[in-house]
Amino acid sequence: MSTATSARPLTAPSSHAPRAGGTPRRSRTRTRLELALLLAPGLVLFVGFVLVPIGVAAFYSLYSWNGFGPLTDFVGLDNYVDAFSGDVFQSAIAHNLIIAALTIIVQLPLSISLALLLNRKLRGRTFLRMVVFAPYVLSEAVTAVIWLLMLQPGGFVDQVLRGAGLGWAVQQWLADPKIVLYSLFVVITWKYIGFGVILLLAGLQGIPAELREAAALDGASSWQTTRHVVLPLLGPTIRVWIFLAVIGSLQLFDLVWIMTLGGPANASTTMATYLIDHGFKRYEFGFGSAVAVILFIICFTFALLYQRFALRRDTDGALTRAVN
Amino acid sequence: MRSVHKLSVALAAAATLVLAACSGSGGDASTNGPVTLTWWHNRTTEPMKTIWQQIADDFHKSHQDVSFTIEPLQNEQFQTKMPLALQGSTPPDIFQQWGGGSLKSQLSSGKIADITQASSSWIGPLGQSAKGWQVDGKQYGVPYQMHAVGFWYRKDLFATAGITTPPSTLDELNAAVAKLKAANLVPIAVGGKDRWPDAFYFNYFAIRQCSVDALKKAVEKTELADPCFTKAGENLKAFLDTKPFQDGFVGTPAQQGAGSSAGMLANGQAAMELQGDWNPDVMQALSEDKALDSKIGWFPFPSVPGGQGDPKAVLGGGDGFSCTSRAAKACADFLGHLVGEEVQKKLAATGSGLPVHPAAVASLKTETHKQIAEYTANAPHLQFYLDIAFPTNVGQALNDAIANFFAGQGGPDTIVQSVTKAAAGNK
Repeated sequence: MSTATSARPLTAPSSHAPRAGGTPRRSRTRTRLELALLLAPGLVLFVGFVLVPIGVAAFYSLYSWNGFGPLTDFVGLDNYVDAFSGDVFQSAIAHNLIIAALTIIVQLPLSISLALLLNRKLRGRTFLRMVVFAPYVLSEAVTAVIWLLMLQPGGFVDQVLRGAGLGWAVQQWLADPKIVLYSLFVVITWKYIGFGVILLLAGLQGIPAELREAAALDGASSWQTTRHVVLPLLGPTIRVWIFLAVIGSLQLFDLVWIMTLGGPANASTTMATYLIDHGFKRYEFGFGSAVAVILFIICFTFALLYQRFALRRDTDGALTRAVN
Repeated sequence: MRSVHKLSVALAAAATLVLAACSGSGGDASTNGPVTLTWWHNRTTEPMKTIWQQIADDFHKSHQDVSFTIEPLQNEQFQTKMPLALQGSTPPDIFQQWGGGSLKSQLSSGKIADITQASSSWIGPLGQSAKGWQVDGKQYGVPYQMHAVGFWYRKDLFATAGITTPPSTLDELNAAVAKLKAANLVPIAVGGKDRWPDAFYFNYFAIRQCSVDALKKAVEKTELADPCFTKAGENLKAFLDTKPFQDGFVGTPAQQGAGSSAGMLANGQAAMELQGDWNPDVMQALSEDKALDSKIGWFPFPSVPGGQGDPKAVLGGGDGFSCTSRAAKACADFLGHLVGEEVQKKLAATGSGLPVHPAAVASLKTETHKQIAEYTANAPHLQFYLDIAFPTNVGQALNDAIANFFAGQGGPDTIVQSVTKAAAGNK
């Protein structure tokens, strides 16, 4: 992404200039040289570390291969058929979609309310912002280990609940197949809410105070101002957040792997844990590659559709026109 | 546009050249002359990390033309790094090897050295321990220490519950579980989240139910077709029905934190755990109790009535090393040094595993470890953990099926079928 945006100012003159009529040849060579010089490092990295691995994974995914020795057992699309027809992978996709849906339904309103609250002038605002943002700074592994220990039966969470007289609410957070996915979602929310809040706060800073003042002068209540002035202007930020949150939910791995390994009885398996489980733990690299390709296609399709239909209005003119 | 196209072609060409240049290294050092061995071992923590370094330094002193580059890696890293390394042109010369089916999988890389000849002069004392590192009668590595699984228990909690002697039959174990429950104690802790501790139970019920021949045949043919395995699953089910484990055991980690199964035993929150001989070290790290060793005892998995298995057969495995072909001669000499009496005594004294050389048993740190070593040495059959004995994909599928069974999903026949399915290449 970044290579495309950074290249734009350079490509624009080179493609428009000839049409404008007669640029000296030397300057075109110079432009090309600049192009090569500035694009090359990014392009090499992108090709070497993004495009080539994707191609190689797609190639491996057509073989039954345990990772050792030459690729000899060509199986065509069997790995893909196996993946889609397996109960565990189907439920893994469902788990990813549940997390993505919950993220939008629960985290988004929560982030917006917190951001609106923390955007007001109130005592200890900086401190509160820091508190909300702190979990995001922790690494996923540390978060996962801390919550793994706190969610054990009789652990910190249970004790707090019992102390607050909510002993009836105590569950086997990570051991009950019906609950484990939602326990994980709470941890995900705890971890990532700060990121949403910071992003939305930045969006709120960009809304001119004059607009609110004008609305207030016109007699709009605080709720009306928020609903009809602030939220629409926050739209671009919200749409970017949704994009990041859904991609993150589809690729969910670290927290789940450390806290449950996808268990118990595959109740919290995600596409990514399924991939690692089969690719690296079972040494089914061909099959694992097929799962990786599926995961990639799902994410990529979502990204393209979302860019086209949701983000277009925000980026229109900035990205789309220059490419045309 | 066209210029960009040309540019990308040029870049691709340049990238190919760079890649080609990178892969052209690595010479053949199988002939005599100075050689530097790259050694990947899994001892990332003290004291073993330093001990391996000292052993390498000592070997270098007596063999001036052999030096070492040592890279300690965590167990999980071996799973991801070994396939890549063996696929590449410069694999490590010596690397951690658990033997069994994963060794067999690795053989198809064609890079692992056959050290049958090179080891013939010194491998004798290892006896049946060395068998797990053989494929089709050829030696592709050697263990430097063995492991055995059995019940670790708290002597104090047993006393509280009025259990005088450790159970030696399944009935006695069930009675002990009942007594512990009556005393409001958690009878057994199990780290169900990690799956492999669950597998120990199925493995042991199979070892007690099936004859040695049936076990050998199962591993050879990668199937659990003998009815004894289904019976073992039924026995396991009956045992699970007595609800011997802690609450929420399918979500409990085995070794992480005080709430783990090892932590529960270490802190007196559970009375027993079926675990490997390494458990005291794990427990000590999770407890402040300096006198822990004296409070913990060990007894073998009890005998099961009606089974054809030998009640003295033991479940275990080991840590070993394999050589790759580049410097196989020097590597094999070094492995001979590792399993020699002198180094074995040094390793035994650390208590990190059971020595493969019988003469080193006396050097073991605790009486409990001596007891385990003796039991293992006298065992008529050492059964490799089934997940290691089977090819990797089958072993993991089996462990998953067992873990699902612990979580209430599937039955004895799903466990048996998981092996058949995985061996047939089904996911």
